[in-house]
Amino acid sequence: MLKYLKYAFFAGVLVALAPVATAETPTDTLVIAKNIDDIITLDPAEAYELTGIEVVTNMYDRIMRFEPTDINKLVPGVAESYAASDDGKTITFKIRKGMTFASGNPVTAADAAYSLQRVVKLDKTPAFLITQLGWSKDNVDQMVTAPDADTLKITITEDFSPSLVLSLMSSVVASVVDMQTVKAHEVDGDMGYAWLKSNSAGSGAYTLKAWKANDSVVLEANPSYRGGLPAMKRVVIKHVPEPAAQRLQIEKGDIDIARDLTGDQVAGIAGNKDIVVNTIPQATLYYVGLNLKFKPFQDVRVRQAMHYLVDYDGMVNSFLKGSMKVHQSFWPSGFWASLDENMYTFDPAKAKALLAEAGYPDGFAVELDAQNSSPGANIAQSIQSTMAQGGIKVTIIPAEQKTLLTKYRARQHQMLLVYWGPDYMDPHTNADSFARNPDNSDSPKSKPLAWRNSWDIPEITKMTDAAVRERDTAKREQMYKDLQKKVMEEGPFIIMFQDTKQVAERANVKNFVMGPSADVVYFNLTTK
Amino acid sequence: MAGGTEMKGLAAGRPAFAVVRRFAAFLGSLLLTFLGLTAVTFGIGRFIPVDPVLAVVGDHATRAVYDKTYLAMGLDRPVPVQYLIYLRKLVSGDFGQSVMTSRPVLSDLMQFFPATFELATIATLIGVIIGVPAGVTAGALKGRWPDHLVRIVGLFGYSMPVFWLGLVGLFVFYGKLGWVSGPGRLDVAYDDIVTSRTGIILVDSLIEGEWAVFRNAIAHLILPAGILGYFSLAYIARMTRSFMIEQLSQEYVVAARVKGRSFWGAVWHHAFPNIMVALITVIGLSYASLLEGAVLTETVFAWPGLGLYITHSLFNADMNAVLGGTLMVGAVFIGVNLLCDLLYKIFDPRLRTQ
Repeated sequence: MLKYLKYAFFAGVLVALAPVATAETPTDTLVIAKNIDDIITLDPAEAYELTGIEVVTNMYDRIMRFEPTDINKLVPGVAESYAASDDGKTITFKIRKGMTFASGNPVTAADAAYSLQRVVKLDKTPAFLITQLGWSKDNVDQMVTAPDADTLKITITEDFSPSLVLSLMSSVVASVVDMQTVKAHEVDGDMGYAWLKSNSAGSGAYTLKAWKANDSVVLEANPSYRGGLPAMKRVVIKHVPEPAAQRLQIEKGDIDIARDLTGDQVAGIAGNKDIVVNTIPQATLYYVGLNLKFKPFQDVRVRQAMHYLVDYDGMVNSFLKGSMKVHQSFWPSGFWASLDENMYTFDPAKAKALLAEAGYPDGFAVELDAQNSSPGANIAQSIQSTMAQGGIKVTIIPAEQKTLLTKYRARQHQMLLVYWGPDYMDPHTNADSFARNPDNSDSPKSKPLAWRNSWDIPEITKMTDAAVRERDTAKREQMYKDLQKKVMEEGPFIIMFQDTKQVAERANVKNFVMGPSADVVYFNLTTK
Repeated sequence: MAGGTEMKGLAAGRPAFAVVRRFAAFLGSLLLTFLGLTAVTFGIGRFIPVDPVLAVVGDHATRAVYDKTYLAMGLDRPVPVQYLIYLRKLVSGDFGQSVMTSRPVLSDLMQFFPATFELATIATLIGVIIGVPAGVTAGALKGRWPDHLVRIVGLFGYSMPVFWLGLVGLFVFYGKLGWVSGPGRLDVAYDDIVTSRTGIILVDSLIEGEWAVFRNAIAHLILPAGILGYFSLAYIARMTRSFMIEQLSQEYVVAARVKGRSFWGAVWHHAFPNIMVALITVIGLSYASLLEGAVLTETVFAWPGLGLYITHSLFNADMNAVLGGTLMVGAVFIGVNLLCDLLYKIFDPRLRTQ
């Protein structure tokens, strides 16, 4: 018996080893390898994870949007035009005519209004993007209306600049869902919540064929998309958690695009003519928070000294090469109103002088909480060694990301290394967190980053509130630049880097559109 | 004294009763095992310093959303009450919802376990088919070159990190030689051809007679299964070898040789049956540990299995998923133990009469 089994087994091996390993992806299918374990839902009213937003972006059209053909310009999407009232409190959108959802239903203003109301009523994580306009479950039906099939009218109660409101209408929650289809799948008045997590009902370039957690997302082209039928009939995003495996796959041609290659892997495929690597600046900032509950940090000179004890260029030129660039203000470069001049360089002598002035000539000992994996762990080690040169004795406490955040939100750290990504493409999103702290008590309504570091700033909070109201765009831009400068000079944040993504594509892949955030990653123009 | 005989007579006279009693005892121990498992896992989950609400709502959520979710998850109640509520739902077959996949934990397990099962079974087959003969040979020829060879190969398998071996295996057999397919369970071109009945692609493709899919699945499976199989082989061969050495020093082997049995005849027909029971235990343990899912191998080979699922859930404080996964692993261990018990009876005549 054993003998026969053995023969059967070897026969099996031989069958397997026969050349079945095809190394070509089907010509009308785009295969992307990526770590997709962050997806928890594909409902535009709830998705707030990078991969989830990216998939939603390709399945739904938004009221305003950054078109794949020009990702730097905010233009009307489902709407074809808009007009703001004189007081700036009401914006009226005209909906494009003749569009249909993938289901065949026409796209109307009623769908757009329903989509926004649905976000507010479901009140999931990204709902704050539009509830900050003054919308709530009780008033949203009056604030967001569709007087006729082509007209969407929104009214805000807060004093926000219309340019900010338009930005918000381009965020993920302004995705327009097919009201009839969603309502058909409603269970116990849940507005289709249970169903839309793993189904699609949009008018975007693709529809969802399948999402298998920790395995793959499969999209199919939507022939009725207003931008035309995409060349890639199918997009398969495969979950490949190990970057080294992604590298082998792209070298073999088993995938078309590898999304998570590390710096040394990119260096390793540099000579390969079949692969092209693109570097794209992203909007995520890496910084160290200095908690003012730790006494030495209450002195602004100590905070400045800490800034001089980080070897920004040293890190970017070694282990962070290709994956980060130095950036020290709170709004990432490449976006409207960003401040790109960096103030600090690695200068231990200057740091020592500042520390002596502040009464710490011999430095002090301090704890640094940091992520236990790359790149956080490596950055923390570099900081530890350079801070020692200023007499600051840093003890690193490594932790898993979620543990880190739990501690941060309880303000229990001394120094904490973490990252921050903006919620939408307007500087208010970051100013609201880095430069606004309306309530520094122990149980505030929200926990902005300024609060998490116990930075009590009534004056700066007023500056931020004024900036969000300003309707003169040039003035508003200057206000944000001033804010960034102020936070850089005095704040409890050692903002160090802005990340960049390196995407490896097979040489035959053209026009894979990828911008600085998951809201601007488009598959529909891609050919190969 | 008289009572004693009466009792004995009672038990002997009603074998059906004895069976029921044994079955009840078995069920009782099963229940206790699961109760202990859930209690410990639940406790750990609630006392690790990770905020489970964060996993659901993310870092940017407002206070209102946070509070609402906190209440919805029942976290405002005392931990023992939360535990009891969990148990009550469990009894009615409700494992709860996973945070990370937004699906019922039970359907997640039904999706991830078959992938692990497929991998573990093929790996164990490799381990047994090669490991047992190798171990027997090494034990029989103790101190000679085949023994050294098996020990060196075994030592290598024991000491290599699986993560590293997996990457090197991919690099050589997939990257350079192109003998096997890369990470994942199927090439994209073969996706969605067969409908999932068992979730085990090899079986599903055979049912529908899709040979191309079957071959592609094998091409993907052979490397991760081979690497796990190698580890299992190293362990099984080492244990077989020491069992064999012990048996061959027994007098009955000498007796058999004196009676004229050939050396290999004595090894396979006299000594080998005697190590079967111990061997089944070893193989069972190794199989069960593979069925838990091998996180590192699953990561390297993008294999959507149980290990990856449980680990990822744990990192995100997704306690329903972790608890469900733990129960699944517990059930697997018990299942494998039962299977071993059954096999003991087949291979050990002394146990059959009971």
